[in-house]
Amino acid sequence: MSKFKKKKGGELPAISTASLPDIVFMLLFFFMVATVMRDSTLLIVNKLPAADQVEKLDKKDRVMYIYAGKPSSRYVDKYGSTARIQLNDKFATVSEVGAFILAERASKRQELQNVLTTALKVDSETKMGLIQDIKQELRKVSALKINYTTRVGDYTQNIN
Amino acid sequence: MAKRSAPEVNAGSMADIAFLLLIFFLVTTTIETDSGLNRKLPPMEDQVDPPIIRQKNIFTVLVSKNDQLLVEEELADIKDLRSLAVEFLDNGGGVGDEACDYCQGKRDEASSDNPDKAIISLKSDRETSYKVYIAVQNELVAAYNELRNREFLRLNPNLGVNYVEAQKKYDDPRTSEDDREELKPKLDVVKKMYPQKLSEAESSSKSS
Repeated sequence: MSKFKKKKGGELPAISTASLPDIVFMLLFFFMVATVMRDSTLLIVNKLPAADQVEKLDKKDRVMYIYAGKPSSRYVDKYGSTARIQLNDKFATVSEVGAFILAERASKRQELQNVLTTALKVDSETKMGLIQDIKQELRKVSALKINYTTRVGDYTQNIN
Repeated sequence: MAKRSAPEVNAGSMADIAFLLLIFFLVTTTIETDSGLNRKLPPMEDQVDPPIIRQKNIFTVLVSKNDQLLVEEELADIKDLRSLAVEFLDNGGGVGDEACDYCQGKRDEASSDNPDKAIISLKSDRETSYKVYIAVQNELVAAYNELRNREFLRLNPNLGVNYVEAQKKYDDPRTSEDDREELKPKLDVVKKMYPQKLSEAESSSKSS
């Protein structure tokens, strides 16, 4: 009886790969959402000090970043090894901090201009003198909310 | 002879591989958020009439250029800083209007009147290293948090979270508006009990 006749050849039917694009797209979207673009390339060594009483710095649109530290090894020849300030993509002097803050503030939306925080991403091997100078500049342009960005860890890691 | 069709490659396991990858990355990726110590700088304009603060209400912490710690003019170890600061803030030595009814300190005459008056003054040298400065700041914030935690737990015993956790929940954008509304007064009460009065003064030696 033909009803029970086995199929000829016994070849495996091709498995549909129609869902593959979906999966790949899922991956793509996941990474698109999860990836944080680093908007400025670091020219300096930036090993943050550790602290454990930290607060999160959410809402990236309300944060202005100031980097400071020693120039990283490939820039040492050019810029020496004393700690410097980095604003956006280039090195800056202390006196440029004020102008930078004003420019950043002007670029933000009106309603955010009063709630901006300045995140100081300073390398742990920096001397306080530079930071005091930065703080003084920030006070001049009344950018008073600051955040010492740290990594999460016990404070004893800072002392050796 | 009939033309032989090219054998089709079995791609059924492809989905499995993709899922495996997806799960691997889901587990390993940490979505980076910065965190740090929030501080507020004093405004630039000089106060016309600076308030007179009594010496006993100021807790001076000085980090010297050799990264040594001087607490109230005495050499101290950073390990003891937290407990020293807690002792100072929680002293509650005031009487009358300045009394502090929730303080659990020693009520020493020579130390702070109440947490509202108590000011921690943190000074650093230009040669102080940043990491030690942050460690000191961290310990001072920890002292405030310790006291705030204690009072928060005392006032809200059935909430099941301490001050720091409650604040974190409040800051979390996923927390609903209702929860936030509920938390805010509770947090504010504790913040008012132990206001963070931490002054970061200019460097002690203004070298050029």
